[in-house]
Amino acid sequence: MSAATYGSWGRLAAPVQDVHAIRHRDDALPELPAGRTWLPYGNGRSYGDSCLNDGGVLVATRGLDRFIAFDDATGELECEAGILLADILDLFVPRGWFLPVTPGTRLVTVGGAIANDVHGKSHHVSGTFGRHVRSFELLRSDSGRTICTPTRNGDLYAATIGGLGLTGLVVRATLRMRRVESEWIDAETVKFGALDEFFVLDAESAETHEYTVAWIDCLASGARRGRGLYMRGNHESGPDAGTRRPSATSIRFPFDPPFSLVHRATLLPFNALYYGRQRKRSVRRRQHYRPFFYPLDAITDWNRMYGRRGFFQFQSVVPEAAAREAVGEMLTAIERSGEGSFLAVLKRFGDLPSPGMLSFPRPGVTLALDFPNAGATTHALLDRLEAITLAARGALYPAKDARMSADAFRRSYPRLDAFLPYLDPRCSSSFWRRVHG
Amino acid sequence: MADPAATLLVVGATSAIAEATARRFAAAGTPMHLIGRDAGRLAATAADLGVRGAHVAGTTLLDVTNIAAHAAALDDAERALGGAPDIVLVAHGTLPDQRECERSVAATLKAIDENFTSTVALVTLLAQRMHARGRGTIAVITSVAGDRGRGSNYVYGAAKGGVSIFLSGLRHRLYASGIAVVDIRPGFVDTPMTATMAKGPLWASPARVARDIERAIRKGTPVVYTPWFWSWIMRIVRTLPRALFHRSKL
Repeated sequence: MSAATYGSWGRLAAPVQDVHAIRHRDDALPELPAGRTWLPYGNGRSYGDSCLNDGGVLVATRGLDRFIAFDDATGELECEAGILLADILDLFVPRGWFLPVTPGTRLVTVGGAIANDVHGKSHHVSGTFGRHVRSFELLRSDSGRTICTPTRNGDLYAATIGGLGLTGLVVRATLRMRRVESEWIDAETVKFGALDEFFVLDAESAETHEYTVAWIDCLASGARRGRGLYMRGNHESGPDAGTRRPSATSIRFPFDPPFSLVHRATLLPFNALYYGRQRKRSVRRRQHYRPFFYPLDAITDWNRMYGRRGFFQFQSVVPEAAAREAVGEMLTAIERSGEGSFLAVLKRFGDLPSPGMLSFPRPGVTLALDFPNAGATTHALLDRLEAITLAARGALYPAKDARMSADAFRRSYPRLDAFLPYLDPRCSSSFWRRVHG
Repeated sequence: MADPAATLLVVGATSAIAEATARRFAAAGTPMHLIGRDAGRLAATAADLGVRGAHVAGTTLLDVTNIAAHAAALDDAERALGGAPDIVLVAHGTLPDQRECERSVAATLKAIDENFTSTVALVTLLAQRMHARGRGTIAVITSVAGDRGRGSNYVYGAAKGGVSIFLSGLRHRLYASGIAVVDIRPGFVDTPMTATMAKGPLWASPARVARDIERAIRKGTPVVYTPWFWSWIMRIVRTLPRALFHRSKL
């Protein structure tokens, strides 16, 4: 089968891959000739090449979309791994349950959330997604099916969480959901004028708010550099007050422009307006959970606005002590490069340990950026940002990456050698061959 | 559902289209009974529908080509649902390899058994039981392939087209009795049955098709093409003059 629709979200590459779709838990892995490799593929929301297997096979898992069991007393949900977080939310939020951790899109599969050990605005309170995965069934090329929990086959469990799909196929998993009393978020947006203010706001909010994140205007320079909007929120308590829900329908970005619509010339006024829209220092309002957590999901195929050449994401984490300096340097590097980032997001990770050997989140400050692909100048900027991150003893995030060097990968993931024995001998990805050879 | 207490029986319940349709009924809390051929997959489908809100009254294992077992399977369903189902969705089917059918009478007859004989036998029984009660909806998934015999797929087309003609007659006969007969004709649907075919813009997801099926069942629409544009495509295919049709590779 051809595989035009099996790409990555950044749309940088046009890989040649065969697709083997599975739909039932008892389906077998593809039987491949020696030398051919496979990689699980969920909903294709990884930005770079960690969900691609150029020249190989993708095992498409979206057909594994069944719920298996739900325990209303404990909140434990067992489901197949190809189910979308959106499907879980649509069913369980009205019943008073929410995901234990959610990333910034609900259009990822449970398997993808495990394979990338995703995080969200609640990291300082709840840690990563993987912390809430009680168990899963892993299907491997060499050893068949294995049930993994933190205590049973614990090493394979730790290798698989954040393991980028390289330890085999997660067939089903059990998550622990959390109770919510309402679909609404008590949300507050606070303007800050400089990077230092972010740290002050964050220190005070970490105690009071479950969800915190900041948008940075990375085009503001001079005295305004590092200005932005700090967003924080908590689930509302008490029954819904009858406010109308926002529509669940989305609009679609309808075509592939020949060049990126996201560009310094369009970002300057956008950022100024976005920052300036809010006059008061702080605005508090109730917001439905969907726009609060997933503003971009409202525009289907929003990645197309970056044009045919696609776009890069870049996400790093640097230790707290080095954060002010390193983030400042990164903003300077972006300013000097003449490129702009639309989605510049800053968040402080908490201290809760990530369960995966290759989990990205760790204590420190994480900055996520995106850049339309302008070729060599964008590459040079990404190289510079990588160098700043590594000099600060930070790490890069594979799910957002299409450029990191093998050296950067090794330095970002000190437990790489512990991970290697658990690699499925028939699994590989474009990312893996790039950073591990 | 117009009537939230209406009960549903799904035959071929683990097929992708049936599963997607049953999920829509599950969301409404519909009591349902599921019939399928594979025990493990049937249990997985039942558990899923249960979590989604359905009251799955029971499941019955059945190979629909074993016609002698049909009556007992329907008895099973009626016991579980507390009476004859209000709605029946017949969704089993297979896509035969046309080339193999051309070489093999056995392969052709097997395809006819799985897609025509078994369906006609089952629907005959269902009609008897529903007729006795004087209400209900029988919905059967056929195919756009049944609209005109085409060189690339005419064994499957003949079986599905035969079912469509059977349903047309049944609808005529039951017109006054209050029983709706719904003939659902999907176009290309991305399911395991079509896994090896190249996909293009005409392909639809099972969830998309399920939306149309649910609506047709609710309204008792006699014939429904899904997605809608197949109604226009098939109008052209049916009316294409033979001189042109024979030169095409449809």
